[in-house]
Amino acid sequence: MSTTAVESGTQTAGQTPLLAVDGVTLQYKTRDHLVTATYRVSFDVFPADRFVLLGPSGCGKSTLLKGVGGFMKPVEDLVTREGAVIESPGPDRMMVFQEFDQLMPWKTVLANVMFPMRVSRAFPRNEILDRAMAAIEKVGLTKFRDIHPHMLSGGMKQRVAIARAMAMEPDILLMDEPYAALDALTRRQMQEELLQLWEDTRFAVLFVTHSIEEAIIIGSRILVLSPHPGRVKAELNAHQFTHTEQGSTEFMALNRRIHNMLFAERIEAEALQRESDHA
Amino acid sequence: MPEARSKLLPPLRPEVENTSLESGQIGEVQRPLSAWERLVNLDWVRRVAILVILALAWELYGRYLDNPLMVPTFSNMVAALWDATVHGPLLDRIYTSIRVLLIGYVSGVGLAAVFTALAVSTRIGTDLLSTLTAMFNPLPAIALLPLALLWFGLGVPSLVFVIIHSVLWAVALNTHSGFLSVSETMRMAGQNYGLRGVRFVVHVLMPAAFPAILAGLKIGWAFAWRTLIAAELVFGVSSRSGGLGWFIFENRNQLETAYVFAGLTAVIIIGLLVESVIFRNIEIRTVRKWGMQH
Repeated sequence: MSTTAVESGTQTAGQTPLLAVDGVTLQYKTRDHLVTATYRVSFDVFPADRFVLLGPSGCGKSTLLKGVGGFMKPVEDLVTREGAVIESPGPDRMMVFQEFDQLMPWKTVLANVMFPMRVSRAFPRNEILDRAMAAIEKVGLTKFRDIHPHMLSGGMKQRVAIARAMAMEPDILLMDEPYAALDALTRRQMQEELLQLWEDTRFAVLFVTHSIEEAIIIGSRILVLSPHPGRVKAELNAHQFTHTEQGSTEFMALNRRIHNMLFAERIEAEALQRESDHA
Repeated sequence: MPEARSKLLPPLRPEVENTSLESGQIGEVQRPLSAWERLVNLDWVRRVAILVILALAWELYGRYLDNPLMVPTFSNMVAALWDATVHGPLLDRIYTSIRVLLIGYVSGVGLAAVFTALAVSTRIGTDLLSTLTAMFNPLPAIALLPLALLWFGLGVPSLVFVIIHSVLWAVALNTHSGFLSVSETMRMAGQNYGLRGVRFVVHVLMPAAFPAILAGLKIGWAFAWRTLIAAELVFGVSSRSGGLGWFIFENRNQLETAYVFAGLTAVIIIGLLVESVIFRNIEIRTVRKWGMQH
């Protein structure tokens, strides 16, 4: 338990965390191994946080997000949301996945956005259509609302997924490398749009990425994880950076700092990997 | 050579930036296809053309052979088909067959749903389904007919029994493998909205696995139809109101070969209609519209 210290920084004193991850160890089984994905990871997400989980592949960041989402149970200690232990997936924690097939191909864009609102019964029936329309408007897809997802480009599909999640007004939005499968130009545009959406509605988002740049641009706070198993390497502030500062010295300095943290880890990990291969 | 290569640099060329872009020589970017090209592009036009050629070949061969007992001409068959439909028992026979078929098919699909539900909800159910499918799927339904006759006697129940057998395993196998192939992302998305149990199956698994389910239903239909006609041929003789298989058998016994061909044609036409009207329309309205199948 060395990394629970919350720097005061931008947080207003006395605010309680929206989500508390406290010494969480997550394990999953493959066909012949029990893999420890994260080991005693702790962090707090506050309202309006843009909290980024950053790390190389194999650091358990996606697994951690699944733990928060309630898709898997930690073997050690708890993930809590406002004091209640998270045990199963629920619409208060909407998830946006990396894969494009998260949209239901048998539903139009509009029906896709309406679907979680309908089945979770979180909103009165007569409000659902208006809410869905508003969410689609926000991501700029009003023209495409009666189209089936297979006609949309990758970026548009991710926009629909974001609109679908936002329409539910979740306490916290979980995003699992949502832009990793997009081309660079679209990705940048999507990042800007997400920040604009955040400006408008100030939701809390837990964002997983393996790109340092994306972490600095999207995040207000970055949790750097080391691989095999994932442990907290650092928790950094990045709320001052957006696309406009991308070339600035401070931006580059933070980028280099994180890079060195991860790179040192990677050399270590590769050496270990070589050893175990030889063994 | 390598030394010379390592020093080689591409020539330095001036930069080019076009302020106005023209399509130039090609002119039209889009050109409508000619009437002939569009006609040939239609599936049904090509298929009808093939049918017409086959019918012509049949007619010519029939006339050349001049032996209506063995091979009646195409026009003889059409006349027989017309006669049997308007004056004869053909419509009655078709009705009997389709009624039995539907009873068997619907029960088979229903049972398949029960088995698949068991298989998705419990592990022992999965084992049960895969073991039973492995055992019974390769077993031709018609091979069970003697047993069915022993248990249920001559008549509709025996027919329904063999049809259920032919439908059940094909549909259950396809549906189950369709459920298994639903992506993890889709499952997690469904669970994310708080869907559990039956609602999860109805709202997420069934539509996501619909291409596989539909394929199963099509295969099941074809199996059922074949099994029925074959079963009717075997013991339609003693049943009071026979179906299409009986119609064919009866006419062969009376050496009315043109009517035998008419019966076979009716079997083909019904098969084609179900495939190209009912299933095709379901496909166009569902999996094709959703982009899950092309």
